[in-house]
Amino acid sequence: MPISKEDVKYIAALARIDMPEDKLEGFTKTLGDIVQYVEQLQKLDVDNVKPTSHAVPVGNVLRPDVVKPSLINQEALVFKVPLIIE
Amino acid sequence: MNLHSLTAHALLDLFKSGKASVKEAYEACFNRVKAVDPKVKAYVHMASRQPDYVGEFQIPIAIKDNLCTKGEEITCASRILKGFRPPYDAGVIEKIKKSGGAILGIVNMDEFAFGSSCETSCYGPTFNPWNLKCVPGGSSGGSAASVAADEAVWALGSDTGGSIRQPASFCGIVGLKPTYGRVSRYGLIAFASSLDQIGPLTKDVRDCALLMNIISGYDERDSTSVNEPVPDYTKALVNDVRGLKIGIPKEAFAEGLAPEVRCSVEDALNLLKKLGAVIKEVSLPHTPYAVAAYYIVATAEASSNLARFDGVRYGLRVVPNKVRKNALVDMYEETRAKGFGDEAKRRIMLGTYALSSGYYDAYYLRGQKVRTLIKNDLDEVFKDCDVIMTPTSPTVAFKVGEKVSDPLSMYLSDIYTIPANLAGIPAISFPCGLSQSGLPIGLQLMGKAFDEEMLLRVSYTYEQNTEWHLKKPNL
Repeated sequence: MPISKEDVKYIAALARIDMPEDKLEGFTKTLGDIVQYVEQLQKLDVDNVKPTSHAVPVGNVLRPDVVKPSLINQEALVFKVPLIIE
Repeated sequence: MNLHSLTAHALLDLFKSGKASVKEAYEACFNRVKAVDPKVKAYVHMASRQPDYVGEFQIPIAIKDNLCTKGEEITCASRILKGFRPPYDAGVIEKIKKSGGAILGIVNMDEFAFGSSCETSCYGPTFNPWNLKCVPGGSSGGSAASVAADEAVWALGSDTGGSIRQPASFCGIVGLKPTYGRVSRYGLIAFASSLDQIGPLTKDVRDCALLMNIISGYDERDSTSVNEPVPDYTKALVNDVRGLKIGIPKEAFAEGLAPEVRCSVEDALNLLKKLGAVIKEVSLPHTPYAVAAYYIVATAEASSNLARFDGVRYGLRVVPNKVRKNALVDMYEETRAKGFGDEAKRRIMLGTYALSSGYYDAYYLRGQKVRTLIKNDLDEVFKDCDVIMTPTSPTVAFKVGEKVSDPLSMYLSDIYTIPANLAGIPAISFPCGLSQSGLPIGLQLMGKAFDEEMLLRVSYTYEQNTEWHLKKPNL
């Protein structure tokens, strides 16, 4: 198996997703299948290849810092944050 | 006359000559939704307000559930966004409204666009109008099904790895993924930011050009949108392919391609040849690795983009009744566990894994390098070809439930559509046949960056010489 149940628990914690025991087996299997499938990328020689993070190369995109019409406070602040400090 | 079954350009002609009114067209579509949507289930909800009936292109339109539309509930078909009403319009929605577009409603999709079948939606699946036991494709399955079922004249979708083209193919309509940067992504709820593009799903190629005219163009609120002049795409609708070079990648006709799809694509090829196009066999040696590279790059970006859904700012929040780790982390973990469906969790975890310490070089960096190889393959072929032609999908629409338990087999249905997203180039799908079981078959053309016009010209020529685009499902 390319991925163990412990791996899935660890990744789920990194991703902040609660992972109950009864779901663990299924995710270990499907994620394992996918990881095994993407292993084929290791066959390619990519030593001298530059990575592409964006298909259309753009540099820094800047604009003049001027005020424009935007949301008013009542429209933008429509959520309440939960109490997190006990 | 059934106004709902007409194309946008046919309706515009009727409006101009006074033979039909915009209101009549809108109501015809609305009634059609009432009549057939209980079977098709394309719509998530109808628009909360009536259109204004002003503007040049007052065409009834369906909007994918990931495009921010002021005042409507927009959820990406996910429980985690339940109740989210964006306080602003996406760039494309502004343009649609300004042009007069009459928004009928919000249509279904795979949760966060993670899927090729519209089955991962928290609202339940949409069904293919050609056969209600089959999927409409995905992720823009609601967009495609609504247009194919005449429940909308045209629709907007988004395409990250084939999410416009594959459902267009499964539903027998036209779908275009524009060049990356051609259409503003401002207000599109992000899946994979370096791959996502918004595009049209329409009943024919002329409508595709018309809708592209409306939605294309630079938007300073999307720093990746490209400031290139937008042509009048209807000028590209020329019935002539003489001398154009069409590349046929030999890798596209390897194993896994259904014989009747192959057959229809070869028929299309022969027709275009007869019409004067020059057919050239080409090679894209790295495309067999496209699915693997894509599922690394796309999920890595998705895991980062979806980190914002934490129970604090949007939609669902689960407040745990007892403390496990600490109150904040428990709230995050339980909200995300309850809010995301299994496929969303799988992709977030896969992306997290590819980006995690110790695996970054082996997966994410390598995925980006293979992306370069695929892009180079395409650049090389486009030095001597005007378009590249492949099937849109290796099969026709599959049965509902057939692939849900095997995510990998679902991923492989995107094998022909993914390279265009990785390379950022435009690609179109249009109908080129029907299977023995009566399901539509789609043909894909890929073009050079910002050369949507060439795609429209070739597909328009094909359409003018065939009748596949006129076929309709019996509902």
